[in-house]
Amino acid sequence: MWKSGVVKQLGWTVCDDLLCIQEDGTVLIYDLFGNFKRHFSMGNEVGQSQVVEAKVFHSPYGTGVAIVTGASRFTLATNIDDLKLRRLPEVPGLQGAPTCWAVLTQDRQSKVLVATGADLFILDYTSPPGLSPQATSIVHMCVSFSYKYLALFTDSGHLWMGTANLKEKLSEVETKVRNPPKQMAWCRRPKSQQPSVVIMWDGHILVAGECKNTISYHLEGVSILVPELDGVRIINGTHHELLQEVPASCEEIFKIASMAPGALLLEAHKEYEKESQKADEYLREIKEQNLLGEAVKQCVEAAGHELEAETQKTLLRAASFGKCFLSNFPPEPFVSMCRDLRVLNAVRDYTVGIPLTHTQFKQMTVQVLIDRLVYRKLYPLAIEICRYLKTPEYQGVSRVLKHWACCKVQQKEEADEVIARAISLKLGEAAGISYSEIATKAYECGRTELAIKLLEFEPRSGEQVPLLLKMKRSQLALSKAIESGDTDLVYTVVTYLKNEMNRGDFFMTLRNQPVALSLYRQFCKHQEQDTLKDLFNQDDDHQELGNFYVKASYKEKAQIGHLQSAVDEYNKAKNEFAAKATEEEMRLLRFQKKLEEEKGESLVGFSLHDTIRTLLAVGLHKHAEQLYKDFRVPDKRYWWLKLTALAEKEDWEEIEKFAKSKKSPIGYLPFVEICVKHHNKYEAKKYVSRVTPEQKVKAHLAVGDLEGAADAAIERRNDGEISTVLSRCSPSTDRALVERLNRAKATAAKK
Amino acid sequence: MAAHLSYGRVNLNILREAARKELREFLDKCAGSKAIVWDEYLTGPFGLIAQYSLLKEHEVEKMFTLKGGRVPPADVKNIIFFVRPRLELMDIIAENVMSEDKLQPPREFHILFVPRRSLLCEQRLKEQGVLNSFTNIDEYILDLIPYDGDLLSMESESAFRECYLENDQTSLYHTAKGLMTLQALYGTIPQIFGKGECARHVANMMLRMKREFAGSQNQILPVFDTLLLLDRNVDLLTPLATQLTYEGLIDEIYGITNGYVKLPPEKFAQKKPGEGGKDLPTEPKKLQLNSAEELYAEIRDKNFNAVGAALSKKAKIISAAFEERHNAKTVGEIKQFVSQLPHMQAARNSLANHTSIAELIKDITSEFSSFSLLSLSHFLNYFCQVLPFSSRVTSEVFFDNLTVEQEFMTGVDTDKVNTYIEDCISRKDPLIKILRLVCMQSVCNNGLKQKVLDHYKREILQTYGYEHILTLNNLEKVGLLKPQTTTRNNYPTIRKTLKLWMEDANEQNPNDISYVYSGYAPLSVRLTQLLARPGWRSIEEVLKMLPGPHFEERQQLPTGLHKKRQQGENRTTLVFFLGGVTYAEIAALRFLSQMEDGGTEYVIATTKLINGTSWIKSLMDRPEAQIS
Repeated sequence: MWKSGVVKQLGWTVCDDLLCIQEDGTVLIYDLFGNFKRHFSMGNEVGQSQVVEAKVFHSPYGTGVAIVTGASRFTLATNIDDLKLRRLPEVPGLQGAPTCWAVLTQDRQSKVLVATGADLFILDYTSPPGLSPQATSIVHMCVSFSYKYLALFTDSGHLWMGTANLKEKLSEVETKVRNPPKQMAWCRRPKSQQPSVVIMWDGHILVAGECKNTISYHLEGVSILVPELDGVRIINGTHHELLQEVPASCEEIFKIASMAPGALLLEAHKEYEKESQKADEYLREIKEQNLLGEAVKQCVEAAGHELEAETQKTLLRAASFGKCFLSNFPPEPFVSMCRDLRVLNAVRDYTVGIPLTHTQFKQMTVQVLIDRLVYRKLYPLAIEICRYLKTPEYQGVSRVLKHWACCKVQQKEEADEVIARAISLKLGEAAGISYSEIATKAYECGRTELAIKLLEFEPRSGEQVPLLLKMKRSQLALSKAIESGDTDLVYTVVTYLKNEMNRGDFFMTLRNQPVALSLYRQFCKHQEQDTLKDLFNQDDDHQELGNFYVKASYKEKAQIGHLQSAVDEYNKAKNEFAAKATEEEMRLLRFQKKLEEEKGESLVGFSLHDTIRTLLAVGLHKHAEQLYKDFRVPDKRYWWLKLTALAEKEDWEEIEKFAKSKKSPIGYLPFVEICVKHHNKYEAKKYVSRVTPEQKVKAHLAVGDLEGAADAAIERRNDGEISTVLSRCSPSTDRALVERLNRAKATAAKK
Repeated sequence: MAAHLSYGRVNLNILREAARKELREFLDKCAGSKAIVWDEYLTGPFGLIAQYSLLKEHEVEKMFTLKGGRVPPADVKNIIFFVRPRLELMDIIAENVMSEDKLQPPREFHILFVPRRSLLCEQRLKEQGVLNSFTNIDEYILDLIPYDGDLLSMESESAFRECYLENDQTSLYHTAKGLMTLQALYGTIPQIFGKGECARHVANMMLRMKREFAGSQNQILPVFDTLLLLDRNVDLLTPLATQLTYEGLIDEIYGITNGYVKLPPEKFAQKKPGEGGKDLPTEPKKLQLNSAEELYAEIRDKNFNAVGAALSKKAKIISAAFEERHNAKTVGEIKQFVSQLPHMQAARNSLANHTSIAELIKDITSEFSSFSLLSLSHFLNYFCQVLPFSSRVTSEVFFDNLTVEQEFMTGVDTDKVNTYIEDCISRKDPLIKILRLVCMQSVCNNGLKQKVLDHYKREILQTYGYEHILTLNNLEKVGLLKPQTTTRNNYPTIRKTLKLWMEDANEQNPNDISYVYSGYAPLSVRLTQLLARPGWRSIEEVLKMLPGPHFEERQQLPTGLHKKRQQGENRTTLVFFLGGVTYAEIAALRFLSQMEDGGTEYVIATTKLINGTSWIKSLMDRPEAQIS
């Protein structure tokens, strides 16, 4: 008994589910066995105005639904498994329901084609080219299976056929019937010779094509038309018929008095069976025209199109016979056709009831056929077919077994143990089984224990995690997530645990899982600083706590306070160096603050080095000296520092004083160089004499005194230095010098 | 467009094409015009996969950088966010979506996660209440990006830091996934070797993933014979040393990012007579560097001291080629000459560019480099000018630095405070330079005496600021700096056994990998070399001294896919550096590939191309940056 609302339209999805589109816009989905699966809505606004008409359509993106409401608004969903409702724009000037409409898929988009009066709307306003002027209204329309062609039926009884983009007209036929048809469908096949449209009224149907003639058939009882890839199915209460354009190969072979190579080959084979010499005559006739290959091909093809097993056999035998006389005919088409037909005949059997044509089978692929069998729970047949066609396990047998197992877990009467054992027994050796999917199914049926048992068979630990979480087995989920190596998964479980557990337990759990702990630390570092501190506290990680306070001291106001905390932590961590360095920093900060207040010089945030340099730059030599002593700055560094600072100020007098204050720990070459750097060669020369002998040459060169450099180098009898000086001499201006150096070099070399 | 990827032993263009195909498929999913909002970090790596033209073909009309507030107005149907799965980025996206102008025609939102979707991020979007605003949420699996004909990089800057400092193994998971993708395209790699903790982890994940995918057997004939996984922390020394190959020096001095280098423009100005130095360009000159450029492919891996000769030889060849025009007499000959012109002109431009770059580098390194310049043609004549004083100083700095590095590597006085380092600190030279040197000394001495270490640390903190205590702590955590725990310093043993120092390195016509550092043979590459011949069993003792386990795994191949090696056919090894690789190491591996009796060709993969500077930088913590 139907208890739900008024159904406006029924339809099938690509996965063989039944769609019931109700007046209020709700769509109910049932499986092949009439079990309710789920429902969705075509939008809230449908409620008041109600669905007037609905259509189910198929595209590369899946099964779609389109509806039109009482308010003449269209809503469309291209894929019901990934529901996105698109409300289409209003049709201008449309009063009341449109006379007819259809769904088109063009340019990767689904569109609705609407007729009002003699006008058609897609997104643009347009009318089909060459529509008969007598027509005042389009009363019916249909789009071809491939969405490429459109047929319109007008109130004047004309049938217009053209391309769906309305650019081209194929033909127009006058049917002389004026009342609107009950249904219309395109009847064509890929590479069709004569595309035609089947129009149905009560009691009869009419086939109209490009030519003016039409064919009419009588119909018994109420029928409906189902357009297919390569024909039209006509279904009534007792019969299921297929109307299609006769395939070219069949026509060639079976046409009366046909002399096509295929026909001759068939004849030859018949004679051969009769042991008649005519067989040879027929064969010769084909071979003379060099058409034997073509003949075999025709027979194979025609066998594919035939539905009767006997006819198929006859044709295939003929083909096989013909093949014997060919040396290099590829065996593949023949073999695969035999295989295909065997499968097709199996599924066409009335107990299975999938009367597919070969063309349809090729289009839908074996994968989909297997799916369809699985939906019908015909698992043994599906497995047989997979094995027969040698489908890779992963896509074939394993997949079927998985579906079987999903079905098995729903058998309520059997115990968990029994089912788990049965499943593992059957699936044990099959490769690539997703146990987690089966387990999910079991869990959905309320069998948690069974689900957990099944999950243990899952080799992919990552796959187990979401279900384990759903089943509240979070600890197990965490270890599985870690096992998988996928950090995102670990994060997910950790966040889940955080919300689920109290803080203490949560921390304890993490403590036992170092990988999760360090990831959570990372998370906290960016997101929750305070939690980070708690974590370190719990682990007594004083070093990290110290670092934490150091970072905090740069971010928050209570700088000294934070640093004091850092010192405490570093002490606890027995990191003497860090503790001392931090104390020093605190001392420096206090000093900087005090001086800032006293002298107004901005210092906070500077390193000790920069503080001293700033002090020297502004002439606060005493304070600089104090820092140097308080912080035990090594002499060498202090000398460098002071020298640079003074040189920047170009305070030559102070530099000279400094140089004389005591023996320089950095030697005097830096004095020379820094003066030169500040373009004061005069000052630089003052220090050349104080430079150590090893650096004399360098010093002379720095001030540009080649002669001095040469003297120093020669005195030291150093070959390398002499060469250095030489490389700086220009042969034209310093000729004498060059000679002297060369002589010295020669003597040096002798020794 | 990316032909240079297919020249190598392994055609890496397959990988690039696979990546491009996936990108196109995603773009087509979002029908209609689109604008892309970029996570800025991704633009560089994406540039290696697809140029703007590809995006444009798929109706991408505008590009923006991801930032807070509202997505700029653009008359498009779709807004696509290209982002890494990071929580902070999710917050920005949420802000973008929520502040979308309600009055404008609605735009559809999409997210493309690179390299992987993240439940965590989707959860965050859900919390922010915007998850349902997205029409498509997808992932773009971009782990290993083809960088050059024999080079793959994940371009993951923080991989070393994450793995060794923060114990976050996300990038290792991506590595394993990337290697699975690679195996799907190039066949199962039958042999896996590795050294180090991370290597072990990656290998484990790979083996596990393979088990998980059992059933979907890979039917491709294996292209790679061996995979070698190496932890960067097995060889901390090499990246610290200054690279001395041409490409390595370009990277050391100017930094190469995503295959591009930005150079000071002055030397690239077109010198036309009469114009003088009026219009010097101010924008840095941006050059793409890869093996698509014939000359660059030839000189990139040479020791810089051999580059001058190579350039001058090339100059002669090009001049000679141009001279040919005088010999072209018949129409046919002229026609043939003209047909070669574009190629010759490209070669001449390339030569001019590299001459300029070499000149820039020479200014900095001149005391090290011993160019023979006199023979260079008119292209190079300005080389002979006497260097100005300032550059003499920089070159001296370079030379001194190099001298100290080499002292450390040969084990001279590594246990004492080094005066050169002290002087550098006194002069407040760049901090990273100091850190490189101190770390190097520590590594070459298997840790520093507590007193020495504390002295350096104190000097650094006093000079560069206390905040660097965090950076120093990081360096200690990853083992670049450490106090000596045992009195035994095992570095000399390692150096001697592995022959890490070669006294007579031949820079011009190298006969050993040590030419890339003018004497030092990179440890990582030496390990690779010894693995191929005679095998690691010969160096068990040394391997034990280096951190982490070493291991060997075999992956079963389906019957029928066992390769039958032709006589004399080389083996192909994929060397994966977890945590980064330097250009000099790559050069050394290329040198090994080209050795006549080598028997092995190498393809290199890494998380990121690094040099000492970028590496140390990635380990620094700068609290003050967070204030601003």
